[in-house]
Amino acid sequence: MHSESALTELQQAEPGSSLWRDAWQRLRQNKLAVFGLCLLTLFIVIALLTPWIAPYDYASQNLDLGASPPSAAHWLGTDVFGRDLLTQIMYGGRVSLAVGFIATSVALLIGVTWGAIAGFVGGRVDAVMMRMVDILYALPFMIFIVLLMVVFGRNLLLLFLAIGAVEWLTMARIMRGQVQTLRQQEFVEAAVSIGLSPGTIIRRHLVPNALGPIIVYTTLTIPSVMLLEAFLSFLGLGIQPPQTSWGLLISYGAETMEEYPWLLLFPGLALTLTLFSLNFLGDGLRDALDVRSARD
Amino acid sequence: MWRFVGIRLLQAIPVILAVITVTFFLVRVAPGGPFDGEKAVVPEVKAALEAQYRLDLPLWQQYTAYLGDLAQGDLGPSFKYPGRSVNELIASGLPITAELGFYALLIAVLIGGLAGVIASLKPNTAQDYIPMSAAMIGICMPSFLLGPILLLVFGIYLEWLPVSGWGDLPGDKILPAITLGSTYAAYVARLSRAGMLEVLSQDYIRTARAKGLPEWQVVVRHALRGGMMPVVAFLGPAFAGVLSGSFVVETIFGIPGLGRFYVQAAFNRDYTMILGTTVFLSTLIVLFNLLSDILAAWMNPRLRQQFSKG
Repeated sequence: MHSESALTELQQAEPGSSLWRDAWQRLRQNKLAVFGLCLLTLFIVIALLTPWIAPYDYASQNLDLGASPPSAAHWLGTDVFGRDLLTQIMYGGRVSLAVGFIATSVALLIGVTWGAIAGFVGGRVDAVMMRMVDILYALPFMIFIVLLMVVFGRNLLLLFLAIGAVEWLTMARIMRGQVQTLRQQEFVEAAVSIGLSPGTIIRRHLVPNALGPIIVYTTLTIPSVMLLEAFLSFLGLGIQPPQTSWGLLISYGAETMEEYPWLLLFPGLALTLTLFSLNFLGDGLRDALDVRSARD
Repeated sequence: MWRFVGIRLLQAIPVILAVITVTFFLVRVAPGGPFDGEKAVVPEVKAALEAQYRLDLPLWQQYTAYLGDLAQGDLGPSFKYPGRSVNELIASGLPITAELGFYALLIAVLIGGLAGVIASLKPNTAQDYIPMSAAMIGICMPSFLLGPILLLVFGIYLEWLPVSGWGDLPGDKILPAITLGSTYAAYVARLSRAGMLEVLSQDYIRTARAKGLPEWQVVVRHALRGGMMPVVAFLGPAFAGVLSGSFVVETIFGIPGLGRFYVQAAFNRDYTMILGTTVFLSTLIVLFNLLSDILAAWMNPRLRQQFSKG
């Protein structure tokens, strides 16, 4: 990695000239994106620390108390079983965020590999691989996921896989487009001429140079994955009790909203704020990294 | 142009066949037979039932027989509602879902398109920020949250609109249509803003302005057609989204449409119903994607020329 030392020298000579530093500067000026990043970080930290900082035990009920509005003892109120809503939302957030991040990672892994190979090898391999993506694109996936959940029962692992399997398609298209442009550049030619294997070229040269669009699209995929999970859980086809997620809490809240509206509003607020943060951050990153048409 | 339509039609056929095949075998490998839930059924009755639903045949014969039925437009009987066919259930639910979806898409295109165009005319001013912030809320506020909130506010607290039903009381179609359409209105707003911004910076718009056309004519007659291209291409995916969105909205508002049937069939493990509806909805979605692609190509003179030459 002698290029790395050259890069550091350059950075020292002219601070703030690297792509990432420029991008960071631009991102910092976007107030909404910074707000999104802060809120998201906060939510993730809370989700990670939940078992230690949750105000109440997850499963403990208080049937005498029943559903109570927000109070000093229960900041966000309690549900019909007297369970603390804040605790429920914190544990639900762990599941919702985990689904968002893990399923997106699955999509990222498949999509980037697929697109990079198709773009790098080119020719007939590329044609066949992208044709497959086109065909899968035309399938009505929402309906298929419902079907999968019905046929194989509702388990979390399958949910990750099913959602990940849907979302990798766009990632593959973006990656292929990137690789096709990069492939023509001299540093890739140089890498080929010194006899590096295709795998090494893809890993060491192509993927790092396509990171911008990948990061942007990843940030925008997480909220759509989280929405998908909440949608399924709302229908009763996603997360099952005793586990909980924001979608499931919203579903329970909607059933009793006439008497206990806070049971709908607070989980809804948690989900909406997270989706907001991710979308603002994604839009901000796109502008900061100057990525065009990351959405199509 | 016809060549383009022909190619796309040919591409749709393997997709639809793949959907039918995958769905059929998925449903067949599902654990638990359709009659397991009932009390101990007399073996003869069970055999008769299985013969009626062709479950006694080998799998591949079931498959070819199902394909044969499909070719004649017969989607099969329902397991859970004896004597009713999937065709009948679809016939009773489809008009309602189609109407709901039509209103939702209408809201999406009209309100979303208008907001996007307005925002694109003065980018980075309040005229841009306000509609675009509203669009962001629309994207982040899922229908299963927006629906109950609208219902709570307008149906229960204010008592302005009915809380459920479809066509029974005046105004009961308003809330479901808004709930289903809002997300797509938000996407349409963003797409039309981006499309318009791209078009408005082009040379032919400068020419139109240089000719001294009033601004509204420049926008309506010259920019709109090009600027709306991304929206037209989005209509196919939006249609698919509206169909699956109807699962939730029809459940929330108690609307007896196709979406609610589908969810109920999923819970009842009514396999033939799921199979039939999946095949039907998938075919519909594939055809709609096709239609929106063709429409987008037809609106794009460059693409049109390219294909009429070829």
